[in-house]
This record gives sequence, C-alpha cells and structure tokens, in this order.
Amino acid sequence: MVRLLLAAPFAVLATPAHAASGEAVNPWVALAYLVSGVFFILALRGLSSPATSRTGNRFGMIGMLIAVVTTLVTHFPGRSSCDDLAASGRFGFCSDVLVPDWASMTEILIAIAIGAVIGITIARRIAMTAMPELVAAFHSLVGLAAVLVGWAAYLNPGAFGLLVGDSIGAVSKVEMGLGIAIGAITFSGSVIAFAKLSGRMSGSPILLPARHVINLGTLAAIIVLTALFAMAGPTETMPLIIALTVLAFLIGFLLIIPIGGADMPVVVSMLNSYSGWAAAAMGFTLGNTAMIITGALVGSSGAILSYIMCRAMNRSFISVIAGGFGADAGAGGGEAKEQRPYKQGSAADAAFMLEQAEKVIIIPGYGMAVAQAQHALREMADILEEKGVEVKYAIHPVAGRMPGHMNVLLAEAQVPYENVFELEDINSEFAQADVAFIIGANDVVNPAAKTDKSSPIYGMPVFDVDKAKQVFFIKRSMGGVGYAGVDNDVFYMDQTMMLLSDAKKMVEEIVKALD
Amino acid sequence: MDFISILSIFVLACFVGYYVVWSVTPALHTPLMAVTNAISSVIIVGALIAAAAADVPGAKWLGLLGIVLASVNIFGGFAVTARMLAMYKKKEKK
Repeated sequence: MVRLLLAAPFAVLATPAHAASGEAVNPWVALAYLVSGVFFILALRGLSSPATSRTGNRFGMIGMLIAVVTTLVTHFPGRSSCDDLAASGRFGFCSDVLVPDWASMTEILIAIAIGAVIGITIARRIAMTAMPELVAAFHSLVGLAAVLVGWAAYLNPGAFGLLVGDSIGAVSKVEMGLGIAIGAITFSGSVIAFAKLSGRMSGSPILLPARHVINLGTLAAIIVLTALFAMAGPTETMPLIIALTVLAFLIGFLLIIPIGGADMPVVVSMLNSYSGWAAAAMGFTLGNTAMIITGALVGSSGAILSYIMCRAMNRSFISVIAGGFGADAGAGGGEAKEQRPYKQGSAADAAFMLEQAEKVIIIPGYGMAVAQAQHALREMADILEEKGVEVKYAIHPVAGRMPGHMNVLLAEAQVPYENVFELEDINSEFAQADVAFIIGANDVVNPAAKTDKSSPIYGMPVFDVDKAKQVFFIKRSMGGVGYAGVDNDVFYMDQTMMLLSDAKKMVEEIVKALD
Repeated sequence: MDFISILSIFVLACFVGYYVVWSVTPALHTPLMAVTNAISSVIIVGALIAAAAADVPGAKWLGLLGIVLASVNIFGGFAVTARMLAMYKKKEKK
C-alpha cells in the first residue's frame, strides 16, 4: 500500500508501522511455532531409552531452529520508508513495505554467534564430574534471559503486540511480572546452587534467624507488587517493576542458601522446573505456542525430578526447601562417638576376595565423583569380568549431586548401560551377591534408614548390603560420616572390610593386585 | 490468541510433559536436565523480537544481551547433551 504522507511534525510521534506486528496473525507462523513445540515433545520422548536418545536430541535442535528462524523471518528488523520520511520532515511518497535493516540483523546474528562460541566451548571442555554445576549455571542464564525479555517487553510493549490502547493490558502485566519474578528467582537461586556445587561456597547450610518469616514476607511482597503493577496506571509502573525484580532476585538467593550440598539434586531439579515456568510465563505474554509447550514440558520435568529425589530420601519437598538439613546433625552424632571395632583391609586382601567371588555389586556415590574413580573402577570390573566374575552396578536415585549423575559418570567410563541398575531392580540381588563394593556412598547403604526411627534418614529406601556375603567399603577415613551426619552400622558388621583410602588410589591398587 | 486458548495449550502441554517425563529412563536424568535446559532457552524468541525492534534502544540492548545468554544455553545445552548421550553404549559383543 502506498500512501501520501503529509509529514507534519506530529507524524514523528505516530506509532511506527511495524510496531503492532508482535502478534502472530499469520496462521503459518502460529503453525510453525506449534511444530517447533511438537519437536520439543519428541526430544524428551526420545530420552525414554539410550538407543533413541540421540535422535531425540536432534529433534530438539530442529525444534529450536524452526522457532528461531520463524521469529527472525516474521520479525525481520526493518523500518518503513514512511518513518524515514517522517523523520526527515519532508513531503513525498513512501511505502508501508518494510525496508530490511541489515545492520540490526547483523547485530542479532553476532549476538547468536557469540553465544554459540561460548556455549560450544564450555560444552566441549567441561568435565563430566562438573555436570551438576554446569547445569546450575545454564539454569541461571535461562532465568536471566527471562528477566531481560520481560523488561524488554515492558520497555517496548508495541514490538511485542501488548498494547491495549496506549498502555500494556493488565493480563499481560501479570504475565510479565510473573515471568520476571520467576526468572529472577531462577537466576539468583541457580547462582547460589552453582557456587555450592562448584565448591566456591561452602556446601553447608547457612541459616539466617527468622528465615521462614523473611522468606514468606518477601514472597508475599512479590505477589502484592505483581498485583499493584497490573493495576497501576502507565506512569506509575516503573518503581513497582523495579522493586519486583529486586525482591525476586533476593528471594532466590534467600531460598537456596539454607539448603545443604547433598540436597542439591532437589534444588537443581526445582530450578530446572522454575526455568520452565519462566519460559511459559513469557510464552503467555507473547501468545507463543512453542514457548508455552516448552515451558510446560520443562516445568513438569523439573517438578517430577524433584519429586523422585524427595521420594528417594523419604522427605517432603517442603522440608527440603525449608533447608537446614545436616546442619544440626553434629549433636546427634556426638553420643554415638564411642569407638566400635571395625576391620580394616588392604587392596591385596580386597583383590584376593574379589577374584574368588561369583557376583559383585558396585555401589557408587558422590565420593567416586569427587575422586574421579570411575575409569579405574571400570578397569577393575573389566579384569573381574575376564576372570568370570559377574559385575553389576547399583545406583541410588540420590547418589551424586544431580539426578542421573552416577549414570553419566559410568557411561563416561564406558560401562555398558545394561550393567547399571536402579535401586528397586537390584535390591533383591544382594542376598546372592558375594561382594557389595561400596565406593564413595554412605547414607544410601545405612541400615538405620530401615530400623532406627530416630535417625534423620529413617524411611529412606536403602540398599540391603547387609545381605551380601562380604561388604567392601571404600572411605577416606573413619572420622567422616555421611551427609546426614549419622553413624553407619555397616562399618562395624562382621562381613565388612573397610578400605580406608582415596577412592581412586584404592581402586588402582586393587587393579594392580589383580594383575 | 485469546487467553483461554493459550491456557488450554498450556494445561494440555503440562499433561503431555507429565507422561513424557515419567517415561524417561532414570539413567538419562542428567541428559534430561541438560536438554530441558536447552529447550527452555526458546525464550530467545522474545529476545529476538526485542532486538529486532529498533524504536526503543533500551529494549533492543536488553534483547541483544538476552540473545547472547539464550544462545549460550541453546548451543551449550544441546552440545553437552549430545556429548553425554554419545557415551551411553551397549555392551560390545565379544
């Protein structure tokens, strides 16, 4: 459409022609985002087995490509020549057809390239043992990106098609406020989780006095601010959204500092869930199907993982989030500090008995990850298998610092995944096992979880290692207790041999003794 | 789209997510987190829209920064997932 523009001064103030293009009016565009969302569903579906997982990951990439390309095409940076004409203050003809703005497009592509280089470099270099902190760091980026997008939408509602008359609609403002708040919580929470997981900050809980009151108060304030923000007139919203953002950053920080290191699987899953809800809230703001589907998928994924972790510790989600677990354990451990006799063995003893065994079940824990013992462990298992010993791995859902942490490390060491079993699938086999080989795990084999009602881990499902004929327990020293801070009767059983050393060194010595 | 249509998609997607995620094998829970992390960066769509609109410079720069952050996640997330998944091997037939 060509129109004659009378370039009066007020024309400069007129809304640019492309400003209202935020809504996906074109049905093909909406369809493309839907297809992208379906690909994301397929990506997660692929993870139902290792065999289909790689295809799944590729589906995820295709979905993302579709979403990004669709957005770039429909929101190609450009300006109508009417804007230029109006700005120049002259008379003349102009066209509503947008002239591509290649400079802006280049900036966007450069931004993507910078992110790509950083992302791929990190992904290539990261050690598998550092996966929990990497995931936490990535969550923080999603959170921060959500905050930035929320703020951008607030500052330029026209571009996002959010204007009702000349101000942002109330529903859009609620969605925007929620998106910013959840994003900010995800960001600051993940930064703390990252610091704790990577050892930059002590893993022990930091307990502020009256923290529950402070947290609930802050949460309530965020909700009130969101409501006020939605109802406020166009000129009054700025201080409200600033306060909202600041408080949300603060609550994310406050929520995570009282939570201890070994509860991090739950925290990381929970933040995973939040990053999804933040994307979903932004999807509501933009009316974008791909974002809503993804947000819902990721949100439920994180929530389910949190639930699985909590169930595996027999603790309620609330008690994990309330934090402080493991902080007061010193008191309980004190009375049980009487010296009890235990048997200590050497690598040669262990090697000798492993060779005689018919069936060995290995139980890895966080200590194996810390010592990076997975490769040596596999070498040991290989030698044993060559000698005709059946070797299986048993993994507790909360072993390590994130869901599936041990599985990844064993996979890295090229342990075939058919040899790796979950708690429920293998627990009945300990009665037939000659050796239960515990490396870096502690609480997950503690029988107190079954018998001692006063124990903090009571009710947690544990491996029945006491049923195995022999138990080898690799542990750095007798002094340290598990995360829950409780003594472990397994140390003192008749059939237990304590192998006190660094996990990697001990396994390497066993390998040498086996040769 | 009106609010109710969007809400319908959201609620149904939550159910899809629920069933799909329960079917994920526990051995792949770490890759699951990495890949969900990558796909939640679809939030880049919002950042692209902000960066493409030149009329408000502040929003544009926030958008560009958002693109960088989300891209780190997208490329990093998919790459690290691919790297992990490549390690899950079946037993070699001897």
